[in-house]
Amino acid sequence: MATTDVADARPDQAPAPALRGPVARPGSRLLHRWVWLRLSLLLSAPLAWMLLVYVVALAALLVTSLWSVDSLSSEIDRTWTLDNFRTLLDNEVYRKVALRTVGVAAAVTVIDVAIALPIAFYMAKVASPRVRRMLVVAVLTPLWASYLVKVFAWRVVLSEGGLAEWSHLGSPGYGLTAVVIAQSYIWLPYVILPIFAALERVPDSLLEAAGDLGAPSRMVVRTVVLPLLVPGIVAGAIFSFSLTMGDYITVNIVGGASQMLGNLIFINAGAANNLPLAAAIAMIPIVVMLVLLTAIRRTGALENM
Amino acid sequence: MTLSRTTRRLLAGLTFGVLALIYLPLLVVVVNSVNPSQSMTWPPDGVTFEWWRRAAHSAGARDALVTSLQVAVIATALALVLGTLLALALQRYSFFGKHSVNLLVILPIALPGVVTGIALNNGFKGILGIDLSLWTIVVAHATFCIVTVFNNVQARLRRMGTSLEEASADLGAGVLTTFRLVTLPQLRSALLAGGMLAFALSFDEIIVTTFTAGNGATTLPIWILNNMFRPNQAPVVNVVAVVLIVFSIIPVWLAQRLSSDVEAAR
Repeated sequence: MATTDVADARPDQAPAPALRGPVARPGSRLLHRWVWLRLSLLLSAPLAWMLLVYVVALAALLVTSLWSVDSLSSEIDRTWTLDNFRTLLDNEVYRKVALRTVGVAAAVTVIDVAIALPIAFYMAKVASPRVRRMLVVAVLTPLWASYLVKVFAWRVVLSEGGLAEWSHLGSPGYGLTAVVIAQSYIWLPYVILPIFAALERVPDSLLEAAGDLGAPSRMVVRTVVLPLLVPGIVAGAIFSFSLTMGDYITVNIVGGASQMLGNLIFINAGAANNLPLAAAIAMIPIVVMLVLLTAIRRTGALENM
Repeated sequence: MTLSRTTRRLLAGLTFGVLALIYLPLLVVVVNSVNPSQSMTWPPDGVTFEWWRRAAHSAGARDALVTSLQVAVIATALALVLGTLLALALQRYSFFGKHSVNLLVILPIALPGVVTGIALNNGFKGILGIDLSLWTIVVAHATFCIVTVFNNVQARLRRMGTSLEEASADLGAGVLTTFRLVTLPQLRSALLAGGMLAFALSFDEIIVTTFTAGNGATTLPIWILNNMFRPNQAPVVNVVAVVLIVFSIIPVWLAQRLSSDVEAAR
C-alpha cells in the first residue's frame, strides 16, 4: 500500500495524459503541450481589439491635441504646437468650467458616499435576511432603469408647475443644484452596491468581538468597520466621480445655462469643428482620473470593480 | 456590537426614506404619461391615453428602438466572445504585463464617458477618416461592454477552480473538448449575467453614443434626447420612458431567478 502511495504522489512523472489518450487529436495535443500557444490564442483577439480600438485612439487623441485647425480652410494642420494648451490656460472660461466639473463630481461623490454608507450598513448588518433580499432588489431596480429616463424624471419634477414647486418645499429650478441632485440620484446605486458587498464580507463575529471587548458601537464602526470598507468606498467613489465628470447630458437637461467640460468637448468636436482643441480639453479629465487612479491603486480597490 | 433601538430605527427610517425618494421621480413619470397637460403640470387634472396612442404610432421611436436593439445585440455578442477569452487568459495563466491588461479592460469605464467618446470620435473621423455610422457605435459599445462580461466570467472561473478541468484532461479529453463540455456549461449563468449587463449598458448608453453615432443612426437614447425639448413631443417621450421603466424590471427579475437557482443548487 505504501509503495503505490509513493508512486501516486508523484503525478509529474506520469506521461502527459493527452499524449496517451487515443481521443486527443493533433491540434489538441499541440495546445496541451504549448502553454504559450494556448495563452496567445486566448489573448490575441481581445488584446488586439483593446489596443487597436482604444489605446491607439487614446494615443491619437494626445497627438491630435498638439495639432491645430487652419482657420481659413478649417482643415487640421498637422504641425506640432502647444497653442491648444495655452488657450486652456489663458482663457478663463476653461478654468472655470474645469473647476466646476471637478466640483460637481466631488460634491456628487461626497453626497452619494454619505447616503450610501448608512443604507449599506443597514442592508448588510441590521436588516433580516428577508428584508435584505428585498432591499437589494429595490436598490438594483433603478440601476437598470434608463439613465435618460432618470434625468428626464428630474426635469419633469423640477419643471415649472412640476411636483417640486407644487410641494412647496421650494424647487431649485434648473441649474447646478439640479445637476448635483440628478447626478447623485443616478449614481447612488453604483455607490451603495460596492459598499454593501464590502460590508457583507465583514464577518459579524468581528463586530461582536469588538462589542464584547467593550467598544461602544460608534467606536466599532470607526475602528473596525470603516477601515475594512475602504476598498468598497473607493470603488464606489471612483464610479460616481468618473461618471459625473464624464457626463454632459444631465447638465444639458436640468442645468439651465451652465456647462461642464463635456459640453465644451462636444461643441468643439462637432459644431465648432475644432477636434484638436476638443482633444486638448479632454486631457483635463484624463489627467484628473489618472492621478486619482494611481493614488488609490494601492488600496486594492481596483480589483473590486 | 449591539445597536440601540433608536439607532436601528433611525437607520431603517433613512434607508426606506431614501428608497422612497429614489422611486418617487420614476412614479411621477409613470403618472404623467396619462397627464392631459402637455407641459406636465402637477398634479394632473384628469386622465388621457392620447400620449400612449401617439407613442404607439411614432415611427421615429420605433426605428430608434430597432437601431438600439441591433447595436446592443451585436456589441453584446462581441463583448461575450472577447470578454470570455480575456477572462480565461487572465484567470488561468500568469504572464508579463498581466496587471496592465487588467487595467486596460477597466479603463473604458473608469475613464469619464466624454474621454472615451472624443477619443473614438477623433480616431474614426480625424485619424481613419471613416464616416460615423451604426458600426462605429457598435465598436464603441463593444469596447466598454467587454469589462462586464470579463468581470462576471473571471469571478466564476476563480470560484470554479481547475480540478474539474484537470479531471477531464486526465480522462483524455482534449483542450477544446474540455472547454466545450466542462468549462462552458459552468460559465453559463455568468455569461448570461455578463451579457445582460452588457446589453443593458449598450442599450442605455448616450454619452459615448453622441460622439460615435452618424447622422443615419439614431438610437433610442438619442431619439429621447432629441425629442425631450420639443414641447409637443415631450409627452410621447414620457410614454417611452414608462415603457423603458417597465422593461428595466425584467433583468432584475431574471437576475433574482438566477441567483436563487444557484442557491438551490448548493
